[in-house]
Amino acid sequence: MVRTLLQFGLFLLLAAVICFSFITPAPQQQIGEASRIFYYHIPMAWVTVLAYLINLIYSIRYLKTRAVLDDWRALWSAEIGTVFCLLATLSGAIFAKVTWGVYWNWSEPRMLSIFMLLLIYGAYLSLRAALANPERKGLLSAVYAIFAFPAVPFFVFVFPRITESLHPAESVLDKNLEMQMSGPVLWIFLLSLFCFTALFFWIFSLGNRLQRLRLAVNGGA
Amino acid sequence: MNRSSTWITKAAAVFTKDLRCELRTRYSLTTLAMFAFTTLVVVSFSVGQGGLSPRVQAALFWIIVFFSAMSSLAGAFVKEEDTGTAQTLRLYASAPVVYAGKLLFNMLLLFLLSLLVTPLYIIFMNITQVNWAILAAVIALGVVGLAGATTIIGAIVAQAGVRGALLAVLSFPVLLPLLVLAINGTTAAFDMSGWTNAIDSIRLLAAYGVIMITASSVLFEFIWNG
Repeated sequence: MVRTLLQFGLFLLLAAVICFSFITPAPQQQIGEASRIFYYHIPMAWVTVLAYLINLIYSIRYLKTRAVLDDWRALWSAEIGTVFCLLATLSGAIFAKVTWGVYWNWSEPRMLSIFMLLLIYGAYLSLRAALANPERKGLLSAVYAIFAFPAVPFFVFVFPRITESLHPAESVLDKNLEMQMSGPVLWIFLLSLFCFTALFFWIFSLGNRLQRLRLAVNGGA
Repeated sequence: MNRSSTWITKAAAVFTKDLRCELRTRYSLTTLAMFAFTTLVVVSFSVGQGGLSPRVQAALFWIIVFFSAMSSLAGAFVKEEDTGTAQTLRLYASAPVVYAGKLLFNMLLLFLLSLLVTPLYIIFMNITQVNWAILAAVIALGVVGLAGATTIIGAIVAQAGVRGALLAVLSFPVLLPLLVLAINGTTAAFDMSGWTNAIDSIRLLAAYGVIMITASSVLFEFIWNG
């Protein structure tokens, strides 16, 4: 009963986000109508990072507990993360085309870091596909997920520092993106962020429930 | 004999064993050399006659090194799994010791590779001015980072059924920061802009190597002993 109410509430809130994101004035006047994508693009990128962090947490946990469910949770959050990562990359490329005139710009650290996540997710999933033994699969992919992690903060924090000396003009791009977040824009954005996060956890828990049932039926743990 | 000296002796023994096996067959060395040589010739044959900017020259250099390294760095562990000697090695030494031995061996392979590729690249690509000190520092640290990151991935790949391209697929995201930094540093060596442009990349390359080797030596335990 409570679950149904929560799901219905999430549906109403997401519907509200969609409505308000289109009927209010565009959040950024210079970019115009296209800047509405920001209500969706940033939450998607946030969910991508969140999914990767959860994957990392369960990978570390798996190394300790060796529980089948922890491995499943790591995999499932990586799978959801990949979908959101693809969506964030695509919407980001469209956004970049409208604001900067190009679909892709390698000196933009945010684009690089989302691309890095896409590569890591891809490599993680292809490693899992290559392994046959379930225990080795869980163990080796957990180690890989932990090992690949340091590359992500590099592109977020370190990379902008070393490229600025080479391309000083690129930092101008960031100024175009700055939004005056105030009043309704901020509220819709925060609501959208909340809804996407809730959506992620809902999908995540659905998969976990399904896997628990599967294990119970097959006589597992 | 105290504990730390046995640790070093055993790691050295793993390294010498690998080196001796390698010198008997010369499989990794020949593959690595031929792979590097082929890509080098293709690159210089098609675009080598001048006119390339230092940045492009630096990028092509590291692409050659990266893919050559991918062609044979998994070998150290794949060989153990293929010949069934991994179990004996587990009995002989603990995980960090085996890791240290294999890391040293991979570093040696990459060091020899860069000794072969660098002079040939400079000759074939007709690069007239080189800041040798910067180039040596970038390549040395690049080799350490490359070996530090790929040794553990080689161990992962060795336990997977399909090996072919998996090492490159898994290594690329992890090595991307290293490649960016190494290309930045090498550009500074080729365009003679001096240490001020290179020093940031060199420092970060050193940090990268330290992070990768530290993370590997902690995580290797799980791969090796299951």
